[in-house]
Amino acid sequence: MTDTITLLQGFFGFTWPVVSNLAKIFAIIVPLLLGVAYLTYAERKIIGYMQVRIGPNRVGPKGWLQPIADGLKLFMKEIVIPAGASKGVFLLAPLLALGPALAAWAVVPFGPELMVANIDASLLYVMAITSMGVYGIVLAGWASNSKYSFLGGMRAAAQIVSYELAMGFALVGVLLAAQSLNLVEIVNGQQGGMFNWYWLPLFPLFIVYLIAGVAETNRAPFDVVEGESEIVGFHVEYSGFAFAIFFLAEYANMILVATMTSLLFLGGWNPPIEVAPFTWIPGFFWLFAKACFILFLFLWFRATFPRYRYDQIMRLGWKVFIPVTLVWLMVVAAAMQTPYGYLFH
Amino acid sequence: MNFETLVFYFLATILLFAGFRVVTARHPVHAALFLVLSFFTGAGLWMLLEAEFLAITLVLVYIGAVMVLFLFVVMMLNLNIEKMRAGFWSNLPLAAFVGLLMAIEMVLVLTVAGRTIGGAPVRHAAGYSNTKELGLLIYTDYVYPFEIAAVILLVAIIAAIAITLRRRVGTKHQDPSWQVSVKRKDRVRMVSMPAEVGPAGTGSLPPGAQKEGE
Repeated sequence: MTDTITLLQGFFGFTWPVVSNLAKIFAIIVPLLLGVAYLTYAERKIIGYMQVRIGPNRVGPKGWLQPIADGLKLFMKEIVIPAGASKGVFLLAPLLALGPALAAWAVVPFGPELMVANIDASLLYVMAITSMGVYGIVLAGWASNSKYSFLGGMRAAAQIVSYELAMGFALVGVLLAAQSLNLVEIVNGQQGGMFNWYWLPLFPLFIVYLIAGVAETNRAPFDVVEGESEIVGFHVEYSGFAFAIFFLAEYANMILVATMTSLLFLGGWNPPIEVAPFTWIPGFFWLFAKACFILFLFLWFRATFPRYRYDQIMRLGWKVFIPVTLVWLMVVAAAMQTPYGYLFH
Repeated sequence: MNFETLVFYFLATILLFAGFRVVTARHPVHAALFLVLSFFTGAGLWMLLEAEFLAITLVLVYIGAVMVLFLFVVMMLNLNIEKMRAGFWSNLPLAAFVGLLMAIEMVLVLTVAGRTIGGAPVRHAAGYSNTKELGLLIYTDYVYPFEIAAVILLVAIIAAIAITLRRRVGTKHQDPSWQVSVKRKDRVRMVSMPAEVGPAGTGSLPPGAQKEGE
């Protein structure tokens, strides 16, 4: 492996840093896009079975080629720009939605050494980058020059800003416990089996983070942004590939939130029990399995819960989650000063 | 000119351009978007100074929250752009004079007061954490100014909420804790209704067959 790297280094010369970084970016983006495609397939199948239907089963064996067919179909369609739309912003909005959803992956570690960039403040970086995703939605709503998409954009702005606070407070708990903003160190702080993972000492924050994650990605039951029975949503004027990009961004964000939850609260690449047969399995597999479990929860929520009303969403975010996180932060911070502080590390 | 200087001039050019467009953009939403761009480039400049905590917080707080709400308000206002731009040329001389004055003041403060500007900032060792240094400073040397700023913000929050509070009659609201604590017997009353006996020969069920279980 190291021999091949030196060989490649010699071949590319001074352009090696550019080439190797591009290669790393491709190594993340391509599996991510495939993951998005098959997440949509999994969603339709799982919700189908939960509702005693079969789901897509016509394109390819067992419907496996359905996401590819959907992507191709969207790619062939025309992008219609409505009359009176603010053209530049209308075309910029999908990119502003997708960009942060992909850029956040730059610091996400898949193993102790497996990441594009290991920066000190990686947790803050992920928060900052994902907080920019809302612009795509708000601007899409505004630029379409349609009342329905505008309402969707307004709802998105209020909802995402509200739940970002609760999410941020939950992350403060994690960095109190790990005493680091570095994702690798946060995961390394959770070694030693599933009872050392942070979900246990930070259980209220774990629940808040998980639910706020669902709200941040505008998934059911928090999908008032695109509530199809009332306003259809911020992307009602988008067609073809411009719409597909919003779709990609939403699912890439879901995978990101699921991976972050696994890294921060479920021990990342650490096996649940640190004994022989479990430690043989490579760490990447554990991270993947945990992220898949969280994604399954996302789909399960969608199949189970009816949509929240707008005022209920605001109440849950401001009057329930933020007080809960504040109280638990006080508990953790106070306990750190007592002899029982080790329970929270 | 090394790579870092190149990055600095690149970011500085974008920052100046974005700042200029904030003032000159025709539509307020476009102006707000250019303000977002200038914040983002400003964060990039701070990153060059190894102030990663400040840079990321600038993105998180100003771009992720403040500007979203700003945009929210600007989009909702029914703005008459022609009316807003009406006095542009007549107000320009005064505004230009004030701007020039501010620029001169800034130059004076930064150069004449015996401070050295320019020159590369000191590079730190690999283990240096700007976040930790900043935390140590604001919670030790600057703890009182920091706490006072926090209290002022708290007062501002409470004042802002107090302004929006108004008691209105006739509004409906729900009490979720009451809703979830409701029991079946609070809502449903089980009634035992014996079947009515119809005329003979119509095949009505025997008495008691339709009786609901308690």
